[in-house]
Amino acid sequence: MKVFAFVILAVIVIGSAAGVLIRRNPIHAALFLVVNLASVAGLYLTMRAEFLAAAQVIVYAGAIAVLFVFAIMVLIPGKEETGPDQLRGQRMMAVPLVGIFLLLAGVVLRSAVLRIPGPSTAVPGGVEALGRLLFTDYLFPFEVTSVLLLVAIVGVLALAKRKTGTE
Amino acid sequence: MVPASWYVALSAVLFSMGVLGVLIRRDPLVIFMSIELMLNAANLALVALGQRWGSAEGQALVFFVMCVAAAEVAVGLAIIVVIFRVRRRLSVDELNVMRW
Repeated sequence: MKVFAFVILAVIVIGSAAGVLIRRNPIHAALFLVVNLASVAGLYLTMRAEFLAAAQVIVYAGAIAVLFVFAIMVLIPGKEETGPDQLRGQRMMAVPLVGIFLLLAGVVLRSAVLRIPGPSTAVPGGVEALGRLLFTDYLFPFEVTSVLLLVAIVGVLALAKRKTGTE
Repeated sequence: MVPASWYVALSAVLFSMGVLGVLIRRDPLVIFMSIELMLNAANLALVALGQRWGSAEGQALVFFVMCVAAAEVAVGLAIIVVIFRVRRRLSVDELNVMRW
């Protein structure tokens, strides 16, 4: 049953990622991205990471996707992939290079990490263990996160303000 | 129970597709989406390996990666919008002002 769910979700993940890469219209790419993020949330559920699945749907599939769609609506793109290709060599090389990268990653993963037999105990209850960890061992990074988000807010406001100032 | 190596393999494939997107697309928005794909692939590997070693630390790291991704997308999209306002075009190949 779990294998079945994994295979279905994996197919959706890879298919929607291919959709992001292939579709010319950025809106279609953004919608494929939403599908991709939601199915990754499903994969988190199969791994009993319920909190991350919920956070994934809220933060990624909710906030970030909406941000992308807003940006696309503001910019109204769709005509930028024309004109002479200045980086044609790079694009020709991209597929074989990524293939080599994937091959290397596969070799490394097969040889090293996953051979070590780890403790096969299940993760103690999703949300509780994660919360305990965040508020004890990772308390300082957790607090720094708020500073990071504040910096992002201030930075975005500064960028937006300069934009209106020049016009 | 699905072995963790399957999740890690899926994550490697997803990451490679993100790299491919960054390399072959010219639309900065789609390049950003590909970066999101890569971050997601890393998150998937973190959760799978944390699961395998029976600790929730992988999930804690994914939490921080999500925060960084949210901040990065907000700032990045703001920069793209500003660039578009200034140059009226949106091709990354032309953005070589700061290139040496």
